[in-house]
Amino acid sequence: MSTKVTQEPVGDVAVALPPLEQITLTINGVTKRLQVAPWTSLLDLLREYLDLTGTKKGCDHGQCGACTVLVDGTRINSCLTLAVMKDGSEITTVEGLSKGDELHPVQEAFIEHDAFQCGYCTPGQICSAVGLINEGKAKTADDIRELMSGNICRCGAYVGIVAAVEEALHKCQPNQ
Amino acid sequence: MNSFSYTRAQAVETAAREVSTNHTAKFIAGGTNLLDLMKENVERPTRLVDLTRLPLNQIEDTDKGLRLGALATNANTAYDERVEERYPLLSKAILAGASAQLRNMATDGGNLFQRTRCYYFYDLATPCNKREPGSGCSAITGYNRVCGILGTSESCIATHPSDMCVALAALKATVNVTGATGERTVEFADFHRLPGNEPERDNNLKPDEIVTSIDLPADGERFAKNFTYLKLRDRASYAFALVSVAAALDMDGDTIKEARVALGGVAHKPWRKAEAEDLLKGQAATKVNFERVAASLLEGAKGYGSNTFKIELAKRAIVRALTMAANGQH
Repeated sequence: MSTKVTQEPVGDVAVALPPLEQITLTINGVTKRLQVAPWTSLLDLLREYLDLTGTKKGCDHGQCGACTVLVDGTRINSCLTLAVMKDGSEITTVEGLSKGDELHPVQEAFIEHDAFQCGYCTPGQICSAVGLINEGKAKTADDIRELMSGNICRCGAYVGIVAAVEEALHKCQPNQ
Repeated sequence: MNSFSYTRAQAVETAAREVSTNHTAKFIAGGTNLLDLMKENVERPTRLVDLTRLPLNQIEDTDKGLRLGALATNANTAYDERVEERYPLLSKAILAGASAQLRNMATDGGNLFQRTRCYYFYDLATPCNKREPGSGCSAITGYNRVCGILGTSESCIATHPSDMCVALAALKATVNVTGATGERTVEFADFHRLPGNEPERDNNLKPDEIVTSIDLPADGERFAKNFTYLKLRDRASYAFALVSVAAALDMDGDTIKEARVALGGVAHKPWRKAEAEDLLKGQAATKVNFERVAASLLEGAKGYGSNTFKIELAKRAIVRALTMAANGQH
């Protein structure tokens, strides 16, 4: 499928915009050919043009982690990523973690430990935790706190988040 | 963010030429700082030259030591077994900065080009000589908690925000660059500059010069045992340094053969002073000796109000970091 991602010129102030770029992304297992404006962030592409609104726009400046997704299995801030620069990559968002009705172990652990209140940071927390598990560097709860510090929870559900990530860490093998 | 055109660099030389002939074009790699500044309209390039497909992401042994490709990510560098074993100070400094997500994105070359986090640099409503030369410095008489106390000028008191660079300074890394007119190697101490009356210039590179790699010298491995990176900040993780200290000692029993001390969060560049380090040559690792180093490093320090506390904080941090390093506490 091909989707054109652009902004229409407004009224008579339209100026010649730089050309769209054609890219291919595999998003949650589905390969898409896309035309994107160079300045479209991966976050905006997912939310505004592909209706994958699970990924959240919090600060839009790389400070809160709500936009965290996995690119080729590695967690990154999608708000500080230009979609065009990820041409050819595999993107996993929170919508792509479950296998049908079977939740990812991190998702299950978040429910089990009540690891959220309002839920706005949760997709980013979950994707970040999956990335953390893939990285294989966290061994202790203190490691989890440090390596999850790029995900802010305004409600302060950190106690549950750390418990959930700790449980999922012990259940998961890397790359799951 | 303003609109801009995009191109993917096919070779270092052509990328350099592209930027040398278009002063509104910029290189992009990890993008963690540049895109943020573009969203704030502090940076307004009309064209981005994407360096990320260039074959510069390897970490490899050379006859000089260990070479970090400019596109190696901060995370891959910090967790590289050779870096962890031979240059653990660098691993520790990198992991003290940013978040896991940002370290996965940010590149080693890009880390050198981070711009200051001075509030006024980001705030388009206020004068800032670094952002808009000649407009004035709002920080000198404003809220300057994050600003510098050493090497400042009347036009700028901004600091360089990197942790990685503080360790690179202490390890005396060298930086290999390629520009439209050729290649050269820059000593780390000469890479960044003090603000003087040109605070818009963060470093001594020409706009078209691309960092291709960073060399960690083989003799830096002497510091793999007695080192620490001490970072003091407003929260326990994911915050820029108020003061940081990279301390590295080459010890013979209880005697210090050579010391390296670099400070972050206090100046427009990582702050080192050879004379201060030489005070420890052949000396014992004592608090009195470390206090002499601290006094020497902070000589001429100037506070601007809300950052004046950093002078005493830095002195104490130096003594603590050197004590930790001497004791093998990392």
